[in-house]
Amino acid sequence: MTAALPRRTTRATAALAVAASAAVALTACSTGSAATSDGEVDTTLTVFAAASLTAAFDETAADFEADHPGVDVRLSLAGSSSLVAQIQQGAPADVVATADTATMNTLVADDLVDAPEPFATNTLEIVVPPGNPTGIANLQDLTDPGLNLVVCAPEVPCGAATTAVVDHAGLTLQPVSEEQSVTDVLGKVTAGEADAGLVYVTDVARAGDRVEGVAFDESAAAVNTYPIAMVDRSGQTPDQADLAQQFVDAVLSPDGQAVLADLGFAAP
Amino acid sequence: MSAPATSERAATTRTRLDPAEVPAGLPRWAYLPAVGGGLFVVLPLVAMGTRVDWSNYGGLVTSESARSALALSLQTATASTLLCLVLGIPMALVLARGRFPGQHLLRSLVLVPLVLPPVVGGVALLSTFGRRGLLGESMEVLGLQIAFSTTAVVLAQSFVALPFLVVSLEGSLRTAGERYDVVAASLGASPATVLRRVTLPLVWPGLVSGTVLAFARALGEFGATITFAGSLQGVTRTLPLEVYLQRETDPDAAVALSLLLVAVAVVVIAATHHRGAGGAAR
Repeated sequence: MTAALPRRTTRATAALAVAASAAVALTACSTGSAATSDGEVDTTLTVFAAASLTAAFDETAADFEADHPGVDVRLSLAGSSSLVAQIQQGAPADVVATADTATMNTLVADDLVDAPEPFATNTLEIVVPPGNPTGIANLQDLTDPGLNLVVCAPEVPCGAATTAVVDHAGLTLQPVSEEQSVTDVLGKVTAGEADAGLVYVTDVARAGDRVEGVAFDESAAAVNTYPIAMVDRSGQTPDQADLAQQFVDAVLSPDGQAVLADLGFAAP
Repeated sequence: MSAPATSERAATTRTRLDPAEVPAGLPRWAYLPAVGGGLFVVLPLVAMGTRVDWSNYGGLVTSESARSALALSLQTATASTLLCLVLGIPMALVLARGRFPGQHLLRSLVLVPLVLPPVVGGVALLSTFGRRGLLGESMEVLGLQIAFSTTAVVLAQSFVALPFLVVSLEGSLRTAGERYDVVAASLGASPATVLRRVTLPLVWPGLVSGTVLAFARALGEFGATITFAGSLQGVTRTLPLEVYLQRETDPDAAVALSLLLVAVAVVVIAATHHRGAGGAAR
């Protein structure tokens, strides 16, 4: 029997090199140019919006682009606190819409936006898997210690609303997880990991048949108001500032409000 | 492009390579991108250091939530590293020494978690161990629930860390070769004795560096954990998750905790690299 002598670098190293170069190639592909087919260069309007506004702003942005040929609306959707942090660090946003007034007020305090306007409100709802297998009927039912309950962490806006509602009702919840965002809470329920969660009415509407919503009276204790504002940023062209105002107006217009109402938002 | 000879000499003494090999295969132009790469790694860490609110640093990193997150991180990363050793050493042995069909394919599959975004790993783990997952349903019947437990954190960390150990150890095993194994076997040693007395001592540096890499990777695990395990103080909220959450309300605390995480990682790597690098087989 002869022993195998080492004679080459491991295949693992080669495989990694291939994988790494593939990753570089993929990243390179994702940055595209933005020129219209008729040769006119687009004016890009960058809108930072809370993740819960995804569906509403997708639709409003599409309508806006249809009404304004040559304008490209880029939506950056994330948690409100992340958006605010990015704008504070100089991210090039023209319009910002957050999921609560507290986060927007930090931008007002920093003189980065002026005169935010409320354009929608949202309240909490209990979300359960289809058919409501654990028979949740009200907020009190969520205190059952055997329940896999998932809520937002108190540090994020939906968690602050949760705390307000639960405190108002004089209850104590024992969640198995305090998630980073309302989307994560919804995801845990749609995945079947959680028996119940606390999310916004609009999240339940958005999830369609995959979940059921259970409304509860105490939700009135935390009505979340969504403000929208133009961002004062350096490097903004007069065109963009003008368009920013028009986008804000579009969201506040009857058409914009109808889009929001369809998705479960209430008027401010 | 001409780099001054003095800077070349200074850079040479700083590298840890065998000095005899340095000049022949090291063109001068390599210094420019190398220094650029070094800055790219170090500068963000330095920049983060400048953001730290040092006057309140102690308070920020000793808050109850911070201590709980650090303790949980160290416990789970240690448990994950042990699990990686128990599974990874035999895996590396089989891949490096075994001869069976599909070996190359298997090796590539083992590497998948290395290139997978961790959040995808979390989704994959949910599909396996979640309540509606492949194995989760049967485990639910047995009264075992993995989701939202510390076990889920350990599984998520092990999933992403295991390839680091396997790759590192397998490379060392291949480089060391089988000559000494064969000699020991010809002198009457059983395979188990050969492994314990000959093979493992030979690849010890590779095993150590693989273990350190696995531990560091487990310590930094974020995406798979938040997707698969959830986030609850003292149960599943490890230090990276705590950093991400504190960012929402207390950026100072987030930076302070980030630096703590960097410090822990540097200490672990420095301590073991110091011992392991000396005889590292390349």
